[in-house]
Amino acid sequence: MALLEVNGLTLYFHSRNGVVKAVDDVSFSVDAGETLAIVGESGSGKSVTCYSLLDLLPKPPAKIEAGTALFDGIDLLSCDAAQMRRFRSNDIAMIFQDPMTSLNPFISIGEQLIEPLIYNEDKSRRQSRSDARLRAIELLDEVGIADAEQRFNCFPHEFSGGMRQRVMIAMALINEPRLLICDEPTTALDVTIQAQILALIKTLQQKRDVAVIFISHDLGVVAGIADKVMVMCEGTVREANDTESIFYRSEDDYTKKLLAAIPEGAKSMPNRAQADSPLITVRDLKTYFHDYSTTIAGHIKAVDGVSLEIQRGEILGLVGESGSGKSTLGRSILQLAPITAGSIHFKGVELNKLSPAKLVPWRRKMQMIFQDPYASLNPRMTVHQTLAEPLLYHGLANPKNIDQQVQQLMDDVGLARNSLRKYPHEFSGGQRQRIAIGRAIATKPELIIADEPVSALDVTIQAQILDLILNLVEKHNLTMMFISHDLSVVRYISDRVMVMNKGVIIETADTEVLWADPKQQYSKDLLAAIPLADPRSERLRASTA
Amino acid sequence: MWRFALNRLLQAVPVLIIVISATFMLVHSAPGGPFSADKAVPPEVIKALEAQYNLDQPLWKQYISYLGDVVQGDFGPSFKYSGRTVNELIAAGIPATAELALYAMMVALIIGVSAGVAAAMRPNTMRDYVPMSAAMLGICMPSFLLGPLLVLIFGIYLEWLPVSGWGDMPGDKIMPSITLGTGYAAYIARLSRGSMLEVLSQDYIRTARAKGLSEPVIIFKHAMRGGLIPVVAFLGPAFAGLLGGSFVVETIFQIPGLGRFYVQAAFNRDYTMILGMTIFFAALIILFNLLSDMLAIWLDPKLRQQARGNN
Repeated sequence: MALLEVNGLTLYFHSRNGVVKAVDDVSFSVDAGETLAIVGESGSGKSVTCYSLLDLLPKPPAKIEAGTALFDGIDLLSCDAAQMRRFRSNDIAMIFQDPMTSLNPFISIGEQLIEPLIYNEDKSRRQSRSDARLRAIELLDEVGIADAEQRFNCFPHEFSGGMRQRVMIAMALINEPRLLICDEPTTALDVTIQAQILALIKTLQQKRDVAVIFISHDLGVVAGIADKVMVMCEGTVREANDTESIFYRSEDDYTKKLLAAIPEGAKSMPNRAQADSPLITVRDLKTYFHDYSTTIAGHIKAVDGVSLEIQRGEILGLVGESGSGKSTLGRSILQLAPITAGSIHFKGVELNKLSPAKLVPWRRKMQMIFQDPYASLNPRMTVHQTLAEPLLYHGLANPKNIDQQVQQLMDDVGLARNSLRKYPHEFSGGQRQRIAIGRAIATKPELIIADEPVSALDVTIQAQILDLILNLVEKHNLTMMFISHDLSVVRYISDRVMVMNKGVIIETADTEVLWADPKQQYSKDLLAAIPLADPRSERLRASTA
Repeated sequence: MWRFALNRLLQAVPVLIIVISATFMLVHSAPGGPFSADKAVPPEVIKALEAQYNLDQPLWKQYISYLGDVVQGDFGPSFKYSGRTVNELIAAGIPATAELALYAMMVALIIGVSAGVAAAMRPNTMRDYVPMSAAMLGICMPSFLLGPLLVLIFGIYLEWLPVSGWGDMPGDKIMPSITLGTGYAAYIARLSRGSMLEVLSQDYIRTARAKGLSEPVIIFKHAMRGGLIPVVAFLGPAFAGLLGGSFVVETIFQIPGLGRFYVQAAFNRDYTMILGMTIFFAALIILFNLLSDMLAIWLDPKLRQQARGNN
């Protein structure tokens, strides 16, 4: 018998608006030393499935309707609260998605680490504080935290995201669990950090013979780590098989669609950049912020001397990890962040010298698309109002012909005209990003800066939005700067790529040239860290690393 | 942290000067004076009195000399209680008022926090609705109604507690403390329910559950620290409010506290007394706000580090 056997798990959310079938008749099993990946898009029920195993969902609204989950022969779904705490303390541990919010900011990481030992539900397994401390330091060392003894008393905010996730892993492993559930453990991390964390989980698993359930939306990550894969969609299991069968011989339409949606390879459209015709020229741009967090009086040099040109018709990709200054650079170019030094010329006019009033007509020609379509649209304005506002403000339409222009925009971004009177919350994430794109192209701009426009979207939606952006660039003759941390996405859309790190440009090259032959070590590391949705090459990479 | 405190105390100096000046102007611009009374007093008597208290001097001279005295901690003589200084009167009233405020605060904290936390643990159930409705009632009920009501029930019908006094009979401090504390208890209950609800929905509480911690450890160790920061921040203004707002309760229960003097001073146009009390309360408000801010900073490691770094 397997370590964990889930049979016919069915869980509904009951609310005033009706019943949501979050998990519907899901069965799977995991054995010691084995890794099962659960893959699916948002709302597929993959996280809910795992949370229900540890009774971590608020009840109500959640209610388990049917099914069993036998762990070592005991049903997790029907055991009492004390038994459940014993399982959580000693047998089943969990790592969560966002290391920034999953650790208590008010308690030192050392204290949080030793809690499973000193408050163990099983009194015979409780340890003294000093023993627990030694064990925690040992484990911190093992997960790669330098100076573990000194850092034991530090608080979460004194660690970076990657380091916090290492602390989370140490915390999960401190009681030698037999099953480890990882809920998107690397989604909030940079690609190089992601590679390190994945390798760490793999090593620790092999050393301890732990069973792992790995929840992810990223097929690239899954290809490298899973023994078997279960694909979920809308609460049901679409397909479950060993990893190679899923990736190379899938029978299921939805799985195939997921695999096809992964951005792969080079830009399919021709490079429309006009040589020696820069639309925008940036010289030695510096943007510094006051730093209130350290004892040393000083500045955060978000952008520290960047020079670049974007040619008319070009799509320039800007990649970098979090904190590299890529978003600040984008905002500085559009005069949305106050610059410290340098110059920005747009069609020969030095934007940074213009007064706010003189800048207004230029704003019309430069637009921005933001990352989070949930936060960047005003929730109290209908789509019609959102799209009409820039047109009326810049005098590009009058109240008579505004309806027609707005409808045209809806057609452009692929939204139904009859949803013009709806509010943002009535749309899905992908549809909202279409609205945001429509708002950006409404004023017929020449330059668009897109800041991580697809990062908050599911992979199938991401593919649609990327194609929409490519088509609009073509149709409206746009020039674009495309900012992203996702290198595959940047490759798929850009003509030329700039790699940014710590406020400076490391390397600039035509996209395919950079992929074939990165010159700088940082670019090489970055490219090498991209997980590929191909189990064989991932395994090859793991064995050579 | 100490430099933060010092900084804030220095910032308090201009605030206090503004308070002194504004109050000085206001009391002097009000019609009448400390010696205008119903009975006609011979003008030469008034003149002599005014000369004695320097009231015949030009206003700016009075202001300068008053400011000079205040800097030395001297609020001057009372106009109405002849022969006694404002300092003496405040010193006489402060023990009872401070003690009453302290007990009321304890009542407010114990009842408020436990009701708020209990409600947040089971939101939208009877355990939430009952204390929160009671809290709403507590906020709405003025102390001049609650006080006599308590006296009627526990003092007169049941004869459990003495109806008035302060420190004269066992148990006579209970009803005044409850009367004064109830409004604040209700407010703290709503405040702590709100912030506890927010904290309990945080990811790190889910992490604590997933670790196998028991509910008491989760509530008291993981949730309370963050959840009570808004309450701590409210303590400063609340304490100042208790000190100043105790007048009604002091009157109902015949307590020899400060509130009595304050109101009397306003009716009597006792310039030095009004000024002295106002400055004293302003200084207390600044002090208690500082203390509660320091406590809030000390509770939050991130703020603690920033306070260390910045100043």
